[in-house]
Amino acid sequence: MFKLFQKDIGQRVTPSPDWPGRFGELALNAQNPLLRSFYDAGTVAGNTPINNVPLVGLDFETTGLDPNTHSIVSIGLVPFSYNRIMLRESQHWVVRPILPLHRDSVTFHGITHSEVRQAPDLGQVIEEVLQALEGRVAVVHHRAIERQFLDIALKWRLKEGIEFPVIDTMELESRWHRHQGQSFKDRLLGKKPPSIRLAESRRRYNLPYYAPHHALTDAVASAELLMAQIQHHFSPETPVSELWD
Amino acid sequence: MEVEQIEIRDQLRRHAPFDALSEEVLNRVASHVEIAYYRAGSTILTFGQDIHHLYFVRSGAIEVYRRNGELYNRLSEGAIFGQLGLMMNRRVRFPISAIEDTLLYMIPESIYQELWENEEEFADFVEIEDRSRLRSAVEHQEKANPLMTSRVRKIVPRAPVTAPGSVSIQEAARIMTDEQASSLVIIDPDNTAPNAERPRVIGIITDRDMRSRALAKGLPLDTPVRDIMSQELVYIQADNFVFEAMLTMLRHNVHHLPVVDRDEPVGVIALSDVVKHESQSGLYLVRNIHHQTSVIGIKRLLGDIRATFVRMVNEDANSHMIGAAMAGIGRSISQRLLELAEQELGPPPVPYCFMALGSMARDEQLIVTDQDNALVLDDSFEPEKHDEYFRQLAKFVSDGLDACGYTYCTGGIMATNDDWRQPLRVWKEYFTHWIDEPDPKALLNSNIFFDLDGIYGKTQFTEILKELVAEKASKSPKFLAHMASNALNRKPPLGFFRTFVMEQDGEHKNTFNLKRRGTAPLSDLIRVHALACQSKAQNTFDRINAIAETALLADGVADNLRDALELIAMVRIRHQALAIENGREPDNNINPEALTSFERRNLKDAFQVISNAQKFLRYRYPSGGSPAFQ
Repeated sequence: MFKLFQKDIGQRVTPSPDWPGRFGELALNAQNPLLRSFYDAGTVAGNTPINNVPLVGLDFETTGLDPNTHSIVSIGLVPFSYNRIMLRESQHWVVRPILPLHRDSVTFHGITHSEVRQAPDLGQVIEEVLQALEGRVAVVHHRAIERQFLDIALKWRLKEGIEFPVIDTMELESRWHRHQGQSFKDRLLGKKPPSIRLAESRRRYNLPYYAPHHALTDAVASAELLMAQIQHHFSPETPVSELWD
Repeated sequence: MEVEQIEIRDQLRRHAPFDALSEEVLNRVASHVEIAYYRAGSTILTFGQDIHHLYFVRSGAIEVYRRNGELYNRLSEGAIFGQLGLMMNRRVRFPISAIEDTLLYMIPESIYQELWENEEEFADFVEIEDRSRLRSAVEHQEKANPLMTSRVRKIVPRAPVTAPGSVSIQEAARIMTDEQASSLVIIDPDNTAPNAERPRVIGIITDRDMRSRALAKGLPLDTPVRDIMSQELVYIQADNFVFEAMLTMLRHNVHHLPVVDRDEPVGVIALSDVVKHESQSGLYLVRNIHHQTSVIGIKRLLGDIRATFVRMVNEDANSHMIGAAMAGIGRSISQRLLELAEQELGPPPVPYCFMALGSMARDEQLIVTDQDNALVLDDSFEPEKHDEYFRQLAKFVSDGLDACGYTYCTGGIMATNDDWRQPLRVWKEYFTHWIDEPDPKALLNSNIFFDLDGIYGKTQFTEILKELVAEKASKSPKFLAHMASNALNRKPPLGFFRTFVMEQDGEHKNTFNLKRRGTAPLSDLIRVHALACQSKAQNTFDRINAIAETALLADGVADNLRDALELIAMVRIRHQALAIENGREPDNNINPEALTSFERRNLKDAFQVISNAQKFLRYRYPSGGSPAFQ
């Protein structure tokens, strides 16, 4: 009986957003030329099969988890397609946070005070970052971080936020391993669902361990994870609307 | 800003040959890596596909296969592959599949070239690795080649130890002990006729026969060896290929094989002598054929046969080896089908010989071929009592061959045809009639019977027919003239550079048939010369050699014919191998525009050789009946 109300495992649980439409509106309303050109470049239609979607693995390292009080320290991104990651086109920036770097996060990111002191402000690299993202669907692990941090950082500097489609490998993983993936019995028994953190998720696909908290490595790690998820759970023909948010 | 692929760089550095690279170079390599992921069971590289990367296994495991499907190697984390393909025409040499979920780092060809040129240790590693693989490929070839190119004569270890069948088993044991021989060839001292129907060898006994047939049974010591020797005599001619000796041993399940030169025993070869020359795939395939218990089982091996063919082409085997190997495989299939037929129909009511005709008899079989065969029955054959059995036997084999890709002969040259299922006596009449009272039309259709080989049962029957042909043909100028005239029917496409001589029928438009216009006219004209000089050889190269020993041809002509045949045959073979590799159905139709300029140039010369040889043939065997010169 209970099964009747359960969604098929692997299918999205929320309605798919209309990103091409949303980009059209945003392009009309955007004031900043950088943002306007970003939206003008558009995004793929929702029914585009994933093997035709230009993708970009994206990761930020931040001074903390709250986008309103913490700052971006580094940005890593790597363009890829559903079956090939091109490191040659990858990029990595260290940027100077607005707020002072906490002593703890130095050990976390391996980014030192002197590095940060010499680094540019995010405002100086934003054009390059937006160009790299243009026309591509970003792939992240845990979308709240990247989207919110970039949105707030831009509001701060350009007086305008940003919206863009994201495929969240953690959300995909939760489709099989959290809630929908966990049987009713296991939930009754209080069994802990498997972890959907990046490293643990990767291990399920026999992907190697990469030391975390380097923005570029994490961007590559998320990209690899999506390639594996597509091969195991989807197909090259899966429409991107099944995957993005 | 510098791009740091720390994880990837550090992982590469843990493994040779990347461990020898400087930090700077390693960063450059790492920043150019491409990453791909393969699920367990999926194909990573297929044979012949273009390759433009060196592959590094980051996690998971892969399997490397030979083209015949054999497992070649397993590689796991830290291993590299693809360097051989990068060095050899950028084509995949070994197909690769993932056996676990696998993450690969792919280093683009341009970076690989940089490393190979600038980094000595890297180049050494890749090359040594490469050389050992190349060497194994070469050794493989060296292993295969002697088997198919060396004659049995070369591997006969010593002169045979012989004794007449009348000696006692004790005396035989004493002789074997004195001579330190593990086998004793039993001869018939009374048979002294030079061209006897059977060789003087009448049997063989081995150490094992002594043990199991004499001692274990407690036979009296004065029992003549004749009583315990192997009943059915299996032997091999000294000028046969080692490959054929191997097939014979496998076929009859014997480990010692007497070797005879014409009729004289010249030695005994043991299985161990042959195994030294063993070719893995050929042996594997033939053994496999002989193990099949149904037509469907044999049919399943079709892919392996094609793979063997392509492998031999890629390993630069010559046309003689390839033709002999394919014919050997065809023979094994026929033999197995006959065994299966006998299992179904019971033992034959009278002895018989299954005879191959045409390309199989000549050891010149390729992939696209129809079946040509006949049955020679013992003279005790009575049609009303026995023919039903042989009719069914012939049908079983013919249908089986058709199922296995040896299509029915459109000319009806098959044992299923009543005319070609006759006792030896009738076959002698056929050949006598063809030779003594030749009729050009009749000969045109019976041409193919002059390439004949016994492949199962009483193969001596076929030997008798070969003797008859060799003896009679040379003495009948009229017969030779008709054969020569028939051999002129098919002309080489001499002007194919200017006025393309094309097949105009349907789907093969704008091509020419290299069998019909190349190899066939050549083997036709060489057959005539071979018959004229009493050669019993069937293979065209063997016939050329036999002809060269006479003064029939001018100096150098035999060499030209040999080269022309090899060249045309190889173009034809490569054309078929290419079709198989590209998943097309192989055929004999060549589009001249698809040839390389090298092939065109040489083909033109080869066709000229055929054309000249045809002119000479007309002159040498004139229809008037007497040669233009003696």
